[in-house]
Amino acid sequence: MTQILSYREAINLALSQEMERDPNVFVYGLDVPDHKSIYGSTKGLLEQFGSGRCFGTPLAEDAMTGFALGAAINGMRPVHVHIRVDFLMLAMNQIVNMISNFNYITAGKLTVPLVIRAVIGRGWGQSAQHSKSLHSLFAHIPGLKVVMPTTPNDAKGLLASAIRDDNPVIYLEHRWLYDITDEVNTEPDSLLPLGKPYSLRKGTDLTVVATSWMNVEALRAAEIMDKYHGVSLEVIDPRTIAPLDYEIIFQSVNMTGHCIVADYDWLNCGFSAEVAARVSETCFKSLKYPVARIGFSTTHCPTTRPLENKFYPNAIDIIRKTEEILKLNPADLSNEEFYTYENKFKGPF
Amino acid sequence: MLDINSELYRKMYLIRMAEENIRVLYPDDQLKTPVHLCIGQEAIAAGVIQPLKEEDQIFGTYRNHGIYLAKCGDTNRFFGELYGKQTGEFRGKAGSMHLSSPETGFMGSSAVVGTTIPLALGCSFVNQQKNNGKLTAVFFGEGATDEGVFWESINFACLKKLPIIFICEDNDLAIHSKASERQGYKSITDIISKFDCRTFKSESTDPEVIANITIEGINHIRQEGGPVFFHLKYYRYLEHVGIDEDFKAGYRSRNEFERWMAVDPIKLQREKLLNKGLSEESIQEIEKTVLQQIENSIEQAQQAPFPANSELFQNLYV
Repeated sequence: MTQILSYREAINLALSQEMERDPNVFVYGLDVPDHKSIYGSTKGLLEQFGSGRCFGTPLAEDAMTGFALGAAINGMRPVHVHIRVDFLMLAMNQIVNMISNFNYITAGKLTVPLVIRAVIGRGWGQSAQHSKSLHSLFAHIPGLKVVMPTTPNDAKGLLASAIRDDNPVIYLEHRWLYDITDEVNTEPDSLLPLGKPYSLRKGTDLTVVATSWMNVEALRAAEIMDKYHGVSLEVIDPRTIAPLDYEIIFQSVNMTGHCIVADYDWLNCGFSAEVAARVSETCFKSLKYPVARIGFSTTHCPTTRPLENKFYPNAIDIIRKTEEILKLNPADLSNEEFYTYENKFKGPF
Repeated sequence: MLDINSELYRKMYLIRMAEENIRVLYPDDQLKTPVHLCIGQEAIAAGVIQPLKEEDQIFGTYRNHGIYLAKCGDTNRFFGELYGKQTGEFRGKAGSMHLSSPETGFMGSSAVVGTTIPLALGCSFVNQQKNNGKLTAVFFGEGATDEGVFWESINFACLKKLPIIFICEDNDLAIHSKASERQGYKSITDIISKFDCRTFKSESTDPEVIANITIEGINHIRQEGGPVFFHLKYYRYLEHVGIDEDFKAGYRSRNEFERWMAVDPIKLQREKLLNKGLSEESIQEIEKTVLQQIENSIEQAQQAPFPANSELFQNLYV
């Protein structure tokens, strides 16, 4: 069965279905059960499952993350929620020093089935401390899985899979995606595999590998490239960035001969560098141009709108980079509309 | 089946002699894992763990040999792990510092100070939700109380009335820094008692005294709800990490050591058994059995194979 749902409703549905299915699943975190319910994503869980399985916490990210590990190794499946990924920096000791390696150093005797949900990315004048994504940091650590869904259907299917997975999963949700609506498979067991990319748009001339919100920008760029240049972009969403089966990406680049990585993170030592390196190593003979990368500016996110606009990458950056790679004259985009906070994409894909 | 005091002696003697054997073997450089020995501290491990049930769960630190041997007692897997062999508890992946024994309820230890304290919260929360009656005991050094996560954890445990025994093992030193150089208060129990948490403190090296405190703590949890907090003093005979004395380093005096040696837990407990009428021969029988067990396990570990190279990538993901 499918239904048109928003991204927030898709997350909410996955949580309630998984809690219904397995009494060991519980959802907690600062402000999780309050009237705002993490942008509506945890709405109704308290009423449906009670305060033993949906509860708020003190402001204690370090201890509350270790709490998840302790609960996971003792048989439950915690889902810990953070309204900003930036706050997860207070939990890095547990995530990096403990959670990531507990299955390994106990030679598999203990498993760590837990999910850490965190909201990433651009809001509205959020400046440097409520605006990052940081997925590359987590992806660097062996033992963690890092998921960043873009579509409502992926949000639902990948969250259900993450909760059922016996490994620790970092699950990252972009704020601007919450309002997007699209068709969602609402069956309780409609799982999507972790670690498999998905081609959001088929194309033949250039491959764009985009993460999270950058898929929205890449799809807009693809429309414009088609309209002005008759150029066909393939847009591939890795959906999980670690561990990741790169085969679909390699196949696409071997066909198109061109690759742009549009990442929602800083470039330096980031996921974009990883993709570029792997594509260069594996598709070297097919590449007609070096792999290009687009991401956050190498600075901090400022508050003021004109500078904030320059900090975050967008569709125009992808268009201009594509034109440069394919040696096309820059199209006049003055009549085109692009996404802003006030003019967010609402879907469907 | 030994009576309680004989069993406490057996456990402490096992811990002491396992570590004394490590001290003898270490210079051969075949035990390639940093060791934080608990010699002098055995009464806490034996005394707290004795009244716990088999299904109760514990957490520890890198100074974990004592609680491993008291809770699990398997010297084959213990020495196998220290030798880095396939027969080790975790096939050599954990070594000394991350040793535990999940099958026997020792759920985890770690080499970063304070990091297992919040694990006790989650573990205990599960037991509370399932109403299975299991207790969680978490051992940590007094140095861990400097960490923010300790205070976060005490607060949460009190808020949720979690059935946890917090065991603060206090040798006055965080590596080499004394409490007076680190803390803006005099008494940790005074502060913890301001939370909704019953506190106990002792400087005893008598494991029976520690066991009785533990029984009182367990009863309190059963009747009033948790958590409880134990502040237990002891003296670390050897250096922070390694097998040697370090009185020449100058940060503490041998006199202090000698005062604690006068109440050495193994010595006291042996005297107690004699006073209670146990014969010298019976005690020697206990000791002989323990020494034989250790000798066999060391020999087995030395002869065991190292894990295959493929083990490097095993258990990275489930």
